[in-house]
Amino acid sequence: MAIKDKIYNPEMECMSREELTKLQGERLAKTVKLVYDNVPTYRERMDAKGVKPEDITCLADIVKLPFTEKTDLRDQFPFGLLASPKEKIVRIQGSSGTTGKPIVSGYTEGDVEVWTEMVARALSAAGCTNEDIVQVCYGYGLFTGGLGAHQGATRLGAMTIPMSSGNTQRQIMMMNELGSTILMCTPSYAAYLGESIREAGLVPGKDIKLKAGVFGAEPWTEEMRKQIEELLGIDAMDIYGLTEIGGPGVAFECFNKHGMHVNEDHVIAEIIDPITEQQLPYGTPGELVFTTITKEGQPMLRYRTHDICTLYNDPCPCGRTHVRMGRITGRTDDMLVIRGVNVFPSQIEGVLVGIEGVAPHYVLVVDRVNHTDTLEVKVELTEEMFSDTVSHIEKIQKKITEQIKSVVGIMAKVTLVPPKSIPRSEGKAKRIIDNRKL
Amino acid sequence: MYIKQISVFLENTKGTLHEMMQLLGEHQINILAISLADTSGFGIVRLVVKSDDIDKALKVLADAGDMARVNDVVGIRVPHQPLGLATVLGQLDAADISIEYAYSFCRNTSDDAVIILRVNDAVKCAEVLQAKQVPLVAQADVDKF
Ligand SMILES: [Zn+2]
Repeated sequence: MAIKDKIYNPEMECMSREELTKLQGERLAKTVKLVYDNVPTYRERMDAKGVKPEDITCLADIVKLPFTEKTDLRDQFPFGLLASPKEKIVRIQGSSGTTGKPIVSGYTEGDVEVWTEMVARALSAAGCTNEDIVQVCYGYGLFTGGLGAHQGATRLGAMTIPMSSGNTQRQIMMMNELGSTILMCTPSYAAYLGESIREAGLVPGKDIKLKAGVFGAEPWTEEMRKQIEELLGIDAMDIYGLTEIGGPGVAFECFNKHGMHVNEDHVIAEIIDPITEQQLPYGTPGELVFTTITKEGQPMLRYRTHDICTLYNDPCPCGRTHVRMGRITGRTDDMLVIRGVNVFPSQIEGVLVGIEGVAPHYVLVVDRVNHTDTLEVKVELTEEMFSDTVSHIEKIQKKITEQIKSVVGIMAKVTLVPPKSIPRSEGKAKRIIDNRKL
Repeated sequence: MYIKQISVFLENTKGTLHEMMQLLGEHQINILAISLADTSGFGIVRLVVKSDDIDKALKVLADAGDMARVNDVVGIRVPHQPLGLATVLGQLDAADISIEYAYSFCRNTSDDAVIILRVNDAVKCAEVLQAKQVPLVAQADVDKF
């Protein structure tokens, strides 16, 4: 472990859960009053549910509140969800969106300040101090990546290089000449940079002085982390954020690299069942929902990300008390309801990854036989699983079946298929075949 | 002392065994012994070929995307008559050696039957058989079949 994780704001980041719950409740109540008084959309929705601001007095009351969706941001574009007068707004950030209207978010001075600190916390956890040289290769502009990273690095007093995205040769030249020590970009670009550096004949550790990278804005895997760490000779840390909630820094990894601490003094993270919309306990995968509790410009009540992940509240050795979110493992659109049970492909993947010798290459086939849903999990055979004896292979098959049963609660039929017979694809792999005719 | 056996994973769909045999045959690989284990979900084909053909067979199978591996199995020569095999199995049983599976050669150069045994402990099995003077058949012997 090369990096020195430093807790930027111990008072907030290491607050006892009891105090934090109290603080969250107070801030939630304040936020609810703010939006009820200033944002017609929230007021109408709360009225429709028969909820008044005074009904929200503590954290547990959050379940009384209505949800917000991305479509609300589009429908209310550009200023319909502002809770502060326009003259208080000092910044607009947004995302272009691939179809139709973009979404934007307005920030007050206070919002920019909070956002800046959230990124500073993430960078500090990656060992960044005023002695560091931070190369930011996120795009600068409406996209929150560039400016967000820039503000956080500047806050720590680091020498910040606003390279923005693209022009790899120039990125490498500056990294080499200026001696950048911390890299901020997307994980895929970090891997690309690593390969380009090697192709250029430069040696990480000698010509390249990077020691850590804080990577986000797209989903990535442990496999990619290992690849990036090896290519660049650095610690690769994950950072999470979304424009709707405030940009990068909503959650970030500490040196333990086992999930990202959510900045809970500024946002409340919930996991819900996407169908029943009920809150789920820690450790259970479901849809990630965020509520901002310090935002003034454009607060969000129970914003549904439609991202699937798990929150963990077991104590972290780093000393931070804020819950950790695991990697985003899918979208709610991928969720299957089998015999009334919600099944996420990521749960199955987790089981497969957890069994030694088993590779996470799988396809789920759902069908309905005699009015009963069936789940078949096709798993690719690996060298380690294969043997000349039936009993050895069946033992692993049984282990997979049992663990799926214990994690998902469903008895699946595990079928072994030849190696490399399941198509690999970048990003969205076709992992589900639903043959049910409903 | 042992025979090299090639095991190949077989998907439980129609025609896969035929395809595999066709492929090996087209590469002039002759099968000296074969056994097919099938479960409801998959199959395992076990093959014995001449020493010179082992690497070739593995390459042909790998190129076709098949999962294959080689392991040692015990070969024994037993009289081709009633109780020929039973006598030996009785001896192994008495020595606490369990048989995972067994099969025989398609043909060989002697009048005896040649049986392949997959046991839980090959080393101990060979010791027991040698002590009982049961003739072992090694890969070098197989090459002369
Ligand atoms: Zn931690």
